[in-house]
Amino acid sequence: MNKFIVSPSPHAYSSDSVPKLMYGVIISLLPALGVSVFYFGIGMIVVTSVSIASCILFEYLIQKYMMKVKPTHLDGSALLTGLLLAFCLPSNIPFWMVMIGALAAVGIGKMTFGGLGNNIFNPALVGRVFLFISFPVAMTAWPEAGQWMSYTDAITGATPLGLMKEGLVNKTVGEIMPEVPSFLNLFMGKMMGSAGEVSALALLIGMCYLIYRKIISWHIPLTILGTVFIFTGILWLANPDRFADPLFHLLTGGLMLGAIYMATDYVTSPMTPKGMIIYGIGIGIVTVLIRVFGAYPEGVQFAILIFNGFTPLINKFVKPKRFGKEVSRG
Amino acid sequence: MSLKTFSRGGVHPPEHKLSSGAAIEVLDLPEVVIIPVSQHLGAPAKVLVNRGDQVKVGQLIAQSVGFVSTNIHSSVSGKVLKVDKFPDSSGYRRMAVQIQVEGDQWEEFIDRSDDLVRNTVLTGEDIRKKILEAGIVGLGGATFPSHVKLMVPKGKKAEFLVVNGVECEPYLTADEALMTSKSEEVISGIQVLMKGLGVEKAILGIENNKPGAIEKMKKAAEGSHIVVQGLKVKYPQGGEKQLVQALLKREVPSGGLPIDVGVVVFNVGTAMAAYEAVMRNKPLVERVVTVTGKSLAKPSNFKVRIGTPVSYLVEKAGGLSDQVAKVINGGPMMGKALSSLDVPVVKGSSGILLIDTEEAKRKEVLPCIRCSKCLTVCPMGLEPYLLMTLAEKGLYERMENEKVMDCIECGSCSYTCPSSRPLLDYIRLGKAEVGKIMRARKAV
Amino acid sequence: MSQIILFTIITLVAIGATAAIILYFVAQKFKVFEDPRIDQVEEALPAANCGGCGFPGCHNFAETLVKTESWDDLFCPVGGNETMAKVASVLGREAIEQAPRVAVVRCNGGPEFRPRTNVYNGTPNCAVIHSLYTGEGGCPHGCLGEGDCVAACNFDAIHMDAVTELPVVIDDKCTACGACVEACPRDIIELRKKNKKDRKIFVSCINEEKGGVAKKHCSVACIGCAKCFKVCPHEAITMENNLAFIDSDKCKLCRKCVVVCPTNAILELNFPPRKPAKEEAVEAEIK
Repeated sequence: MNKFIVSPSPHAYSSDSVPKLMYGVIISLLPALGVSVFYFGIGMIVVTSVSIASCILFEYLIQKYMMKVKPTHLDGSALLTGLLLAFCLPSNIPFWMVMIGALAAVGIGKMTFGGLGNNIFNPALVGRVFLFISFPVAMTAWPEAGQWMSYTDAITGATPLGLMKEGLVNKTVGEIMPEVPSFLNLFMGKMMGSAGEVSALALLIGMCYLIYRKIISWHIPLTILGTVFIFTGILWLANPDRFADPLFHLLTGGLMLGAIYMATDYVTSPMTPKGMIIYGIGIGIVTVLIRVFGAYPEGVQFAILIFNGFTPLINKFVKPKRFGKEVSRG
Repeated sequence: MSLKTFSRGGVHPPEHKLSSGAAIEVLDLPEVVIIPVSQHLGAPAKVLVNRGDQVKVGQLIAQSVGFVSTNIHSSVSGKVLKVDKFPDSSGYRRMAVQIQVEGDQWEEFIDRSDDLVRNTVLTGEDIRKKILEAGIVGLGGATFPSHVKLMVPKGKKAEFLVVNGVECEPYLTADEALMTSKSEEVISGIQVLMKGLGVEKAILGIENNKPGAIEKMKKAAEGSHIVVQGLKVKYPQGGEKQLVQALLKREVPSGGLPIDVGVVVFNVGTAMAAYEAVMRNKPLVERVVTVTGKSLAKPSNFKVRIGTPVSYLVEKAGGLSDQVAKVINGGPMMGKALSSLDVPVVKGSSGILLIDTEEAKRKEVLPCIRCSKCLTVCPMGLEPYLLMTLAEKGLYERMENEKVMDCIECGSCSYTCPSSRPLLDYIRLGKAEVGKIMRARKAV
Repeated sequence: MSQIILFTIITLVAIGATAAIILYFVAQKFKVFEDPRIDQVEEALPAANCGGCGFPGCHNFAETLVKTESWDDLFCPVGGNETMAKVASVLGREAIEQAPRVAVVRCNGGPEFRPRTNVYNGTPNCAVIHSLYTGEGGCPHGCLGEGDCVAACNFDAIHMDAVTELPVVIDDKCTACGACVEACPRDIIELRKKNKKDRKIFVSCINEEKGGVAKKHCSVACIGCAKCFKVCPHEAITMENNLAFIDSDKCKLCRKCVVVCPTNAILELNFPPRKPAKEEAVEAEIK
């Protein structure tokens, strides 16, 4: 007679798996990838491929030779980190800078904490901020859209947010607005910006796909976008000359990318819906504060990293609603 | 009536009701039966027979000990071969009575006709007594002695009898077969339980993947105070706390029982057994068991005598093919994997499931990616990922604070986890340790 | 420029000095007086903080030693008699010498003797398996082989043997702290008296089932036949629940029981090989 297999219940398993989730997110990023290649051409292709390849390679090397564990570089998470990192870089930065960013993202942002599931901060953002602080000039010069064959030699300019920040020093919002792309262009993505963050349309399509496939829930993205909308709305209503309108804020910078893909990273975001809302509101507020009152034109990357740090605290105090209220049994 | 369901958590595993519609087949008697003296929660019964004794079907062979306990009856007629320890489904040996089957002689007081008996003049107290005498326990799987459940503790009041016809586990169809073929008897049984409990209202919940059963039960319940309610298919709707919430929107308090919200829950199989006990003087000696699996030519619902070896059932269903790697006593979500088929069918055995090699093994365990799916599916609002980490580190006091004792062990968390983490294994470990701590605290 | 530097230095020095003064007064005000002997005793302890003494950490044990009159139940298994003597000299008291002990795994049911009748595919944790079923081997008392004992050991003194699937204790490293005893869900590991040259004689079985049943699972099980009990000249063996038990404090290592056991359930470890003549003489004596 055959030897039976014995294990504790349950004896049925859903078809969900880590690679399935990771590749689901990658699929949802394809529209944004398509748009950025369309606008930024070969530069985007080079940056994206180098970023992905480096992330996978560094994860493999670190796991095999430094941590001495079984390498899991092919489970999709390194690929995703590479793709997201490429999305928040200007498409004209040299490949060796991309590799440094990938090393920071995977090595510092993920592996030092113990690998998948153990990191506190979003690895792609860690890589991005590392590059931003190390190479501020290269990281703040974005190529104009349409230069398909140019890479590091592309003509560059400032993002709409950058224009707004600098302009506000001695002009009013009304005077600056004609200089920035129209709302339609902002929505479609025809603007200066990091590779993947420009097209709000493509990113929103991706978000709908993620929610449909139940990979993320609406709580984080909608709360962040809602908070930013309301906060900037209040400021704009108070003084339309000093503060740009909420729609401008929603469509520019890395907010869409951050709200939909960076802040929703499983490992670094809270576990409960209530916790996610607190997290989203916090990120929204800090983003606007940095954008409007802070030194940098864009604050979403720092806001997300700050609230990644708060996530363990949120998880500790915000518990899911338990079934049945407490009954003291004497 | 629109479909209801419980509000928090739950998963929807593929239903695989392969044996749905299979008529209940009465099996021929085996050669030997082994009847354990503990087939229920509470104290094991005390053996009354000795080696060599002749017994009849329905004869009392072991007596209830104390309040939370019940009687055990012989399910066959023949000679007692041995009173000794025999392995149960876990492999551990427990006291049982082994009987050589000779003929099929029943005790005279049992009414073996098929006529439906509608009414009884017995009082609630008499009914409870008869249910104890007949050895009735919860046939949904928990096997709690039913007469104890019918006695409402002082200070509490019972308002509703909720009947569980949900059968939310994939593959199992024993309850469905009972409701489709014996709907009138089940309704009569529910009325018996209502009288025993002292309530005027009853609700029978049935998941809507059993439309035939819903229709039959609705028809049989016409004119009675029993409401038949269809429910949306979701696991673990058959868990009593979830069922009470789905049907009545009342949440049983943490650490409490359904009676705390005025409800007592019984399985339809138990209702049927109560009917036979009170109306036909028949003790619990047989039950419907589903034998199913993708490799079986004919997944079936068998009516089986208690104590029949599982090997006999599998043989009657077509035998064990080479591709079967795992045999489960129960359903795939909460059933127990058997290490051997030489174990008896007991009062709580609702099904035998044969699983093929491709589906039998667990996947590789990966680190927790904090996707929070386990929180989303937990019907009790717990955090399985956290409970597993706490159990791994031995932080049992904290587990108690995180309400690990509320866990109903439904397995939705382990089922869902994309990293295939053995969440329930560690949660069970934690519950055992916290149980020890709680008992030690009470003893002080 | 230099003004800025001067200003900075003065400010930082002032902050530092203020902080130091505040800290000093706070430390004085909230000082906890502790008997200085506790620290002295703690110095003498091995600093393993393993809990083998039954107390949470060496400092706590040192405190107990200073405060308790009777040292009957107080012993550091890691440091042993040497440490207790040191502690005694610090406090000017007498330490009672205790016989050193070592952990012994009382199961020999490897695949050679206890066939595996099924394949376990769940979490590799002995406590989980024990609460689920009897295990791959079928014996309800047998070792489950997943190493809860190995995980519990703080001294790297116990390892799983890949071939026998049983734990092996490294006597030199074992401190008899009892962590593995506690961790084993089947209570297979016992702390027994440590003899010279690490010699051991013990019943490598804890199965309490009737002989016939025990033998069905494992060919080296103790069947409770009591032959060892009858042959022991030192009354070191007791029979209870179909199981023989050798009291390590009474056992004189004469090995007579090992020879008579029909299932080889009694193991003798670290003895020189027997001379054939002697073996015959022993058997003749028994007959």
